[in-house]
Amino acid sequence: MKTHYGIYGGQYVAETLMPILHELEKEYLAAREDPSFQEEFRSLLKNYVGRESPLYYARRLSEHLGGSRIYLKREDLNHTGAHKINNTIGQALLAKRMGKTRLIAETGAGMHGVATATVAALFGFECEVFMGTTDIDRQAVNVERMQTLGATVRPVSEGSATLKDAMNEALRDWTAWSADTFYVIGTVAGPHPYPLLVKDFQSVIGEEARRQCLEQTGRLPDEVVACVGGGSNAMGIFAGFLEDSDVALTGVEAGGAGIATGKHAASITGGRVGVLHGSKTYLLQDDNGQILETHSVSAGLDYPGVGPEHCFLADSRRARYVTVDDEEAVDAFAMLARFEGIIPALESSHALAYAIRTAPAQSRDRIVVVNLSGRGDKDMDSIRRFRKQQVASAK
Amino acid sequence: MDKIQKIFASCAAADRAALVIFCSCGYPDMDSSEQIIEDAIAAGADIIELGVPFSDPMADGAAIRQASEVALRQGATLKGVLAMAERLSKRHPDTGFILFSYMNVMLNYGLDALCTELRRIGVDGILAVDLPYEERAELADPCRSAGLHLIPLVSPMTSLERAAMIMGEATGFVYSVNICGITGVREKLPPEVAERLAALKERSPVPVAAGFGIADGESAKAIARVADGVVVGSAVINKLLAPGELETRRRDASELVRTLAGSMSRHA
Repeated sequence: MKTHYGIYGGQYVAETLMPILHELEKEYLAAREDPSFQEEFRSLLKNYVGRESPLYYARRLSEHLGGSRIYLKREDLNHTGAHKINNTIGQALLAKRMGKTRLIAETGAGMHGVATATVAALFGFECEVFMGTTDIDRQAVNVERMQTLGATVRPVSEGSATLKDAMNEALRDWTAWSADTFYVIGTVAGPHPYPLLVKDFQSVIGEEARRQCLEQTGRLPDEVVACVGGGSNAMGIFAGFLEDSDVALTGVEAGGAGIATGKHAASITGGRVGVLHGSKTYLLQDDNGQILETHSVSAGLDYPGVGPEHCFLADSRRARYVTVDDEEAVDAFAMLARFEGIIPALESSHALAYAIRTAPAQSRDRIVVVNLSGRGDKDMDSIRRFRKQQVASAK
Repeated sequence: MDKIQKIFASCAAADRAALVIFCSCGYPDMDSSEQIIEDAIAAGADIIELGVPFSDPMADGAAIRQASEVALRQGATLKGVLAMAERLSKRHPDTGFILFSYMNVMLNYGLDALCTELRRIGVDGILAVDLPYEERAELADPCRSAGLHLIPLVSPMTSLERAAMIMGEATGFVYSVNICGITGVREKLPPEVAERLAALKERSPVPVAAGFGIADGESAKAIARVADGVVVGSAVINKLLAPGELETRRRDASELVRTLAGSMSRHA
């Protein structure tokens, strides 16, 4: 079994977790070949999540920009409001298959936490979600949603009190309780087999997008764009196009206050190879190998590492990774709302901003598919705060 | 016979377990931690684990995390720890020294360069918490070239077959984790620990040191009866984290190490 992507990935965990990772790998490979598992997964995606999600031609936005035709893969229309639910349904089915009774998860923006709390309620698991106190403050609505769904939110105040610290704490919990607990990792990071299984569960996005694009336009897109924090929505949509060498794949990292300021979360663009949370990956770290605090207006991209397969795709140049800073993302957020009546998640707004930036210089025949990975209702407070800071610093 | 082998052999000859003390280097600052290690050696530690702080210690409990956070704020670095280790090993040529950290800190330094430097300054081995058997090659190779021990971990989750595979390739000693979970003091160790250690020792070509959860002389004594070595970290660090003057805290920590050293004997 391949556990690495080139030099990236692997299983850099304490020995206590190795036997459970081996068990997980074995169970997952069996589930992957098991028609009844796949049927239950597909059926829930259809009847519970509401798939397939539409591929929507953003006509007014595209015509306003005057270049590429921008299509949106509407993951924001999924139950719970983001792509995260595709993965948590898959992992909950695995947990059930393995006889576990408790789910734990880490969350940044809260979307993965909500998606995990949702499947815990659906299947009757006990559920605890680890969340940094910084994120609890900026994503208060999602905390209430998780609690409403019956989950316990465990605040993590160490380090930068964001996603990476929540993941440390979830790994610690799992190290102690793996006998009855399933760790639902929210992105294509973590130790093998997580990057593999999360990609598989999210690849439905790319499968649908490819077929829908062919149906609607008669051809494949020229470019597929997705935001990258850990990189699960990007891996999910890229998966449908990896073999189509003419389709450009672009991952958009969070540029924060600007790469030059050092206040960003762009691991591939601004990081070096290292090991965190069980895998070898590009990491934002200082000269002594200590992990740096990251910065992004969007909590879901505020992570110092990135999924190992993205590192591999970057090195092999199959995908290209670019950055969009806070301000440009917030502008894209507002622009989509006004031109299309769609309020996108701040995470997805990064991907959108890149498409908006590059579209005008392109021909009108060009087709760009943007993964609109989530909806933005949760981000109203963040936007208000960001605008307030902008006004304050302009004075 | 190399130094680590000699230590375990002479402990065995005296019918006692070797005492391994984990120190959070750089807590509360570099100079004080050097003094704390001196105290530990004077109080009877046979081997010192030099804990290099990492910003994201995912296998550690509250005590070591808190100490690491302070150490990093005070500017502790791997380079600084190496400089300290060189001084310590010169002053204590019979004490064993094992560098203990997470992979990222070591990768960042460069694994070949690190192993060469450790050998030069008289450190005997490396323990990388997040480097399991499956990933060991990248560090095992430079360790072998430099003549360093790469100390592996086995845990209660590790099957005996897997433990035999891990221990079969070990040099120096094997670190057996007493409990499922992260580092830190536990009120009571699980009752199956003794039986487990006996089974490991039967299968291991190298000495087995046991750690995690050991709170005091009494629990150390129980482990010393069945293991070749006893590792204590958090219990000592808890003494140092307690409120009060540093001098007092240091004395308390040193007293605990003395009590632990007195608990290593298998007589009486």
